[in-house]
Amino acid sequence: MSWETVIGLEVHAQLSTNTKLFSSASTQFGSEPNTQVDLVDLGLPGVLPVVNKDAFKKAIRFGLAIKADINQESTFDRKNYFYPDLPKGYQITQMTKPIVEGGLIDIDVDGDKKTINITRAHLEEDAGKSIHDAYPDKSVIDLNRAGTPLLEIVSEPEISSAKEAVAYMKALHQLVIFLDVCDGDMSQGSLRCDANVSIRKVGDSELGTRTEIKNINSFKFIEKAINFEIKRQIKVLESGEKVTQETRLYDSGKDETRPMRSKEFANDYRYFPDPDLLPVVISNDEMEEIRSTFPELPADKSKRYISEFQIDKSEAEIISSSRELSNFFEVAVESTNDPKLAANLLVGEIGSLLNKDNIKIDESKLSSNNFNILLQRISDGTISKKIAKTILAEIWETGRNADEIINDQGLVQIQDETLLEEVIIKVIESNSKQVEDYKNGKDKLFGFFVGQVMKETQGKANPQAVNDLLKKALNS
Amino acid sequence: MNIRFKTLSELKKLLETKEISSCELVSETFKNIASSKTNSFITLDEERSLIKARAFDEGKIKGDLAGIPIAQKDLFCTKNLRTTCGSRILENFIPPYDATVVENLNAAGSICVGKTNMDEFAMGSSNETSYYGTVKNPWDFERVPGGSSGGSAAAVSEGLICAATGTDTGGSIRQPAALCGITGIKPTYGRASRWGMIAFASSLDQAGTFARNAEDCALLLNHICSHDTKDSTSISDEQENYLENIDDDLKGKKIGIVKEFDISNLNKEVQDSFEESKKIFEALGVNFVEVSLPNIKLSVPTYYVVAPAECSSNLSRFDGVKYGYRANNINNLEELYIKSRSEGFGDEVKRRILIGTYVLSAGFYDAYYKKAQQSRRMIKNDFMEAFKDVDIIMSPSSPSSAFKIGSKTEDPIEMYLEDLFTISANLAGVPAMSIPHGFAYGLPIGLQLMGNYLEESKILNFAHQYQKNSDWHIKSPNLEEIS
Repeated sequence: MSWETVIGLEVHAQLSTNTKLFSSASTQFGSEPNTQVDLVDLGLPGVLPVVNKDAFKKAIRFGLAIKADINQESTFDRKNYFYPDLPKGYQITQMTKPIVEGGLIDIDVDGDKKTINITRAHLEEDAGKSIHDAYPDKSVIDLNRAGTPLLEIVSEPEISSAKEAVAYMKALHQLVIFLDVCDGDMSQGSLRCDANVSIRKVGDSELGTRTEIKNINSFKFIEKAINFEIKRQIKVLESGEKVTQETRLYDSGKDETRPMRSKEFANDYRYFPDPDLLPVVISNDEMEEIRSTFPELPADKSKRYISEFQIDKSEAEIISSSRELSNFFEVAVESTNDPKLAANLLVGEIGSLLNKDNIKIDESKLSSNNFNILLQRISDGTISKKIAKTILAEIWETGRNADEIINDQGLVQIQDETLLEEVIIKVIESNSKQVEDYKNGKDKLFGFFVGQVMKETQGKANPQAVNDLLKKALNS
Repeated sequence: MNIRFKTLSELKKLLETKEISSCELVSETFKNIASSKTNSFITLDEERSLIKARAFDEGKIKGDLAGIPIAQKDLFCTKNLRTTCGSRILENFIPPYDATVVENLNAAGSICVGKTNMDEFAMGSSNETSYYGTVKNPWDFERVPGGSSGGSAAAVSEGLICAATGTDTGGSIRQPAALCGITGIKPTYGRASRWGMIAFASSLDQAGTFARNAEDCALLLNHICSHDTKDSTSISDEQENYLENIDDDLKGKKIGIVKEFDISNLNKEVQDSFEESKKIFEALGVNFVEVSLPNIKLSVPTYYVVAPAECSSNLSRFDGVKYGYRANNINNLEELYIKSRSEGFGDEVKRRILIGTYVLSAGFYDAYYKKAQQSRRMIKNDFMEAFKDVDIIMSPSSPSSAFKIGSKTEDPIEMYLEDLFTISANLAGVPAMSIPHGFAYGLPIGLQLMGNYLEESKILNFAHQYQKNSDWHIKSPNLEEIS
């Protein structure tokens, strides 16, 4: 029998605001437990929430990016349930009128393109953290995270494989980072997802019973958890049993999902409009302000780079996918007359240095200004591309000025033809055997001579000049 | 000097002319409280009050209410002073912050001598649901003072204090003011900040005050009300000086009498007082017009869906985890919740949490909560319509005078009807007050004046003119006779 999978993802993106959704406490990660907490986050008697408009701005940016409808008047509801790390006994969320409705995300799985529709994206507050393993005989609570603004992005059940789910998650990841609405740090839980997975016989129109895998926080685990769950559900159905609708947890150590609660109990969250908060109205002026500062999206950037600077598609895509890299590139092309070279270095040499150190370009010691000097020196023939790599490596370590490095280490390219001719004559004289072979038709030896010249000049010879002069000398 | 029954304005003058010092005033107040048998206070703050009084006497504290002792309902959070909300669950709760209303009154220089008794979490109309014991009506110790702000009302009525704050969710200021023979006002919803007010029903709760007359209420409201960015439902419109128009002439103004409030089946004395009061206003040139609030009959059922729904959620935070009462001998989390809340809350609070949980549950939400929201809107529209024709609306504050302690505790519905006349003003969000206007069974009764949205000045004007032409507000209980 053949089965098909239906997946819907609920992604929680922690918005990178300075303060919490309803209080003025900081959202800084990694502080001492219970230090980023004010009266509101503690849920003290008598406290009231006040909306952080910055969270709305970020949510709207996201909404605009996915071409969604923005509800300029949205409301907050209470989701009631008891849990020790939920100080008020309810979570403030947007049930009836979320800030973002509709929209779409384009994904690409090994070249196959697909569009996933978004149901909604709503604002809500995060809960605190219960810690059960810090003390042998008690559980403790850290409320630092309580009240942190989350954007819950809900997809339609249109994802049909674990690979698609990962592609979707990666697309979202890239987008929220690019938009500066979320830092995207999955290891810190800034971006995490709940996967609703069900299977049905191919051709069935009705959805099968779904399970929800909670809080998956890496791309790898998304793929593994979903694949495990699909296999498990198939096994259950093929043995004639029924899938139980439940919440499951993915255990990466054992690579399996298992039910989160031993007892099945249906929670009735008793949603109702939060009477402490009036509908939040975003004025046309505010919308205009958000629109006017809306960044060019990666896909548009990439297209523009290709048409404007004639750079390779793959390079354009890599550069435009990162806000930092594209900013860096755009500064560079303002002063260089060789955008292709800039793109080439950024993706190639610099790209691998960034990967090696696992940093972003604005965290490196390479300044835009220094990069421009380097580009200039390659363009005007002062140095070769090969030498440029050596210089980059040095800048990477010390941040020193490129010109300084060139001068100090005498890396200026040898252009002087008489000087080069002297070297070439020397090389020809000391390799008479190879010269003879070359003249007898062993064309491949040309590279050998170039190499010898480069060796003699410690790589500083202008390659084009060497080529021309060598040909002339050998063919004379 | 005997300060009992002196009004706020009188005490202010005595302090200004230095006929009395604030220290003397505060000491005298604590002496009176100590000898009181009404159980009006839950917590006193004598030491700090005397320090503040001394500071005033040394000229270090200035302000409109400087040096005057007042009391705070125990529902307002007071920094470093226990705040119980009348509940066992907050028996040991000491807030780390002041409610905005408290902060405002402190800033005006008043001295908070203590926290007054109240129905648990403001749920009740008799003060009998307080974990700290029933408050007795100063006019008759066998009777209730009304509720939920019963302690505040009784304390002012007994002359222990010239002014006390209250909160009004369905009548919790006006009904006890009526039953204790004093003046009490609830401003427009959102006019006073709810920051630091322990929530009962957030969309209905409103802070207000009790005093011996309308003029003092106006002075107090000038400080109690403020726009507060910490409360998203706080009104940002410019605030009036409530004393400014208090002496306006009433000639040609109109009072609406609600067609649907049938008072013909109420006690004869209540009806007679109502007619007498009309005459007082008529003598001042006021015209009476019948107005219709066609949906007013929906008020009580609407209220008993909305208020419990909100309270069921608002009171979830009292779970024994972070603060407040935690039960002993707990084996697991569920037990912690169940035991702490079962032991920490009283019956009336539990009843309302249950009702609220029920009306919000899946499958019932549309039938109850949603419908209640719709009828609430209809009631509000009725008021808006009525105020097109009249300046204020007048009715009795409560169906009768104070009832005997224990006489209605077995029948919650009977108790809920105590707020028949008052609830609609909360649902509509309009300002309303109660002033003394007669007696029934020898006990005080109140006259309710309701105003349009943000027109507290108008009802204060009517109340003040009434009090200039009557003496009901000057009457006080004969404490020697009953004790």
